[in-house]
Amino acid sequence: MTTETTPVPSAPASAEPEMLTGSGAIIRTLELLGVTDVFGIPGGAVIPLYDELMTQNKIRHILVRHEQGAGHAAEGYASATGRVGVAIATSGPGATNLVTAIADAYMDSVPLLAITGQVFSTSMGTDAFQEADIIGITMPITKHSFLARRAEEIPAAIASAYHIASTGRPGPVLVDITKDAQQNLAPFIWPPQLDLPGYRPIVKAHGKQVQAAAQLLLNAKKPVLYVGGGVIRAHASPELLALAEATGAPVVTTLMARGAFPDSHPQHLGMPGMHGTVPAVLALQESDLIISFGARFDDRVTGKISEFAPNAKIVHVDVDPAEISKIRVADVPIVGDAKDVIADLTLAWADAAQGAAPDTTEWWTYLHGLKAEFPLGFTEPTDGLLAPQYVIQRIGELTGPEAVYAAGVGQHQMWAAQYIKYERPNSWLNSGGAGTMGYSVPAAMGAKVAEPDRVVWSIDGDGCFQMTNQELATCTINKIPIKVAIINNSSLGMVRQWQSLFYDGRHSFTDLNTGHGTAMVPDFVKMADAYGALGIRVTSKDQVDDAIKLALATNDRPVVIDFIVSPGAMVWPMVPQGVSNSFVQYAKDHAPTWGEE
Amino acid sequence: MTSHVLSLLVEDKPGLLTRVAGLFARRGFNIESLAVGHSEIPGLSRITILVDVEDVPLEQVTKQLNKLINVIKIVELDGAQSVQRDHLLIKVKVDNSTRSQVLEAVNLFRARVVDVSTDAVVIEVTGGAGKTQALLRVLEPFGIRELAQSGLLAIGRGSKSITERVFKN
Repeated sequence: MTTETTPVPSAPASAEPEMLTGSGAIIRTLELLGVTDVFGIPGGAVIPLYDELMTQNKIRHILVRHEQGAGHAAEGYASATGRVGVAIATSGPGATNLVTAIADAYMDSVPLLAITGQVFSTSMGTDAFQEADIIGITMPITKHSFLARRAEEIPAAIASAYHIASTGRPGPVLVDITKDAQQNLAPFIWPPQLDLPGYRPIVKAHGKQVQAAAQLLLNAKKPVLYVGGGVIRAHASPELLALAEATGAPVVTTLMARGAFPDSHPQHLGMPGMHGTVPAVLALQESDLIISFGARFDDRVTGKISEFAPNAKIVHVDVDPAEISKIRVADVPIVGDAKDVIADLTLAWADAAQGAAPDTTEWWTYLHGLKAEFPLGFTEPTDGLLAPQYVIQRIGELTGPEAVYAAGVGQHQMWAAQYIKYERPNSWLNSGGAGTMGYSVPAAMGAKVAEPDRVVWSIDGDGCFQMTNQELATCTINKIPIKVAIINNSSLGMVRQWQSLFYDGRHSFTDLNTGHGTAMVPDFVKMADAYGALGIRVTSKDQVDDAIKLALATNDRPVVIDFIVSPGAMVWPMVPQGVSNSFVQYAKDHAPTWGEE
Repeated sequence: MTSHVLSLLVEDKPGLLTRVAGLFARRGFNIESLAVGHSEIPGLSRITILVDVEDVPLEQVTKQLNKLINVIKIVELDGAQSVQRDHLLIKVKVDNSTRSQVLEAVNLFRARVVDVSTDAVVIEVTGGAGKTQALLRVLEPFGIRELAQSGLLAIGRGSKSITERVFKN
């Protein structure tokens, strides 16, 4: 590392390490790790840190309005780029407000560094003001955590946390730092010794296992590449494309993996799972070989697990050994980084095939038939209101694949996964595992900070939006011009859909009164206005394109479009919970008949 | 269900025991006994866990434990290839008519009396589960007033050490 030669009066003449406060050490450590942006909000136990944040310009601090916003913003930042997202909160309630975002990052393997203030080390354990055992609280939802009680411990704690968060299977790591550790002086020694004898992520897979997988793929009549979010975290999309094109195998991308393989590619069957496409669901179900990359056989993908893909052999590739054979026993387990394993598998396959690729014509004929018979589609609502699917489809079409789309959780999330066409990894952000309503607006904000040149859409619901919309203030003040599309069906739509389908239409406490024919509380357009954003209301089909175009042309402030859509629209196809994927319904009471029946 | 003995080499860090115990609880695995103490290497502790699971979930337990950053090595100790011992302190009610019978049982089981008073004795016994359970059954009729036991301790037979295998790499 080179240093500036300009003399600095306070620089020590000797080789003695520089003395920094713990707060200074936090900032210096982050800077040396390459962190350029952090999201946070000050409070009593982090005032020393904030005092020093104010006087530096290496790290941009975005002042959020709620710690959950900081957490999701850091997640959005990380998911849009693959870099580590950083969130800062004070002790006690500040730290507990981060918990939802940490849990979310844990479920979706997001590299997140959470830094929390803690009360003075001398007060810990006394129920001091704003004291909470945040390490204890977050133990089940962090990859690891560190407590720094002394200034000397800070550089190693943060550097270790950063290393753990970003390597192997990524995840959230929390560093809790007492107020006295932030205040006291200590020599700043860089790089610190990382003492992690128990942390040895396996990256390079076993050659024999890869060859076994290649042999299976060569012999398979009905292979499917089951692609999960791990492919995106591993930046393995180019390798996946090469493997898919070499082998001609069909590809499905899970909710977490949308964009890992181009939607426009003819080998792509779409998303599998509860709301997956019929071809993707049935391809997995009827396959004789599933090669899973960075996916974890989630119940929303497999349906009733005992009846999932009964004739398929399983090759399970994951960087986390604990995922392999957790749900479905793998015939060929491969522990390794998806990027390396996919590249190795492509070579091994080519070696074994010797230019004679297996014939999968029959399989493709069947899949093409499903694609033709059961394309994604929706019917116009009977109440005359806007179809939410149409709105979301137009947003995708008018904005294009270079944008970033961050969804909340529920019906609009599924429609955004289905009707926007993703062509590149990291363009689709959502809360897949945890299902955290309120993820969208702050995640979009974080993504826009990370990628200011990209258009960033928050595709949100009227329920989700009301959970974290305070971050619009952060966006306006900090000039982070995100675009929010509220798919306003005036209800907690996914719960309402289940009530309609499985609870005799008893819509218990799912009406939010934000949409058509209601009191419209709150009025989202007025709300946008109050936050300094451009608010637009859209109630009919002919207004949709103009509103989206105006949003795309407005970059001096955030935009909120209140799309008043039909509450009656449902997400289809659907595999009802707890049944076999063979019972996928294309639309209400309409199940495809398929091969073996 | 079958019992398995896991020997964990762990870093002696604050909260370590919570991390291990919490993992068992939240993943629904039942700990039958747990013993923790220093290992032969400063800064490292050894945890011996007796867990009641089938083979497939056991694999999941060890994989999840391996993900804990402070866990360095996990070995399952097979009954035949290891020495496994419980350590019990048993307070038994005695009077002049029963004392000699109790002491006879103590001798038969090669246990020891470590405290005597007019109406009770405290017996110390170590051994495998079969022996200690048998002793408890024999003492039961006299009246066991209090029982304290360590978790199972176990160590592999022969000269090999788990630790040296870890640090050789």
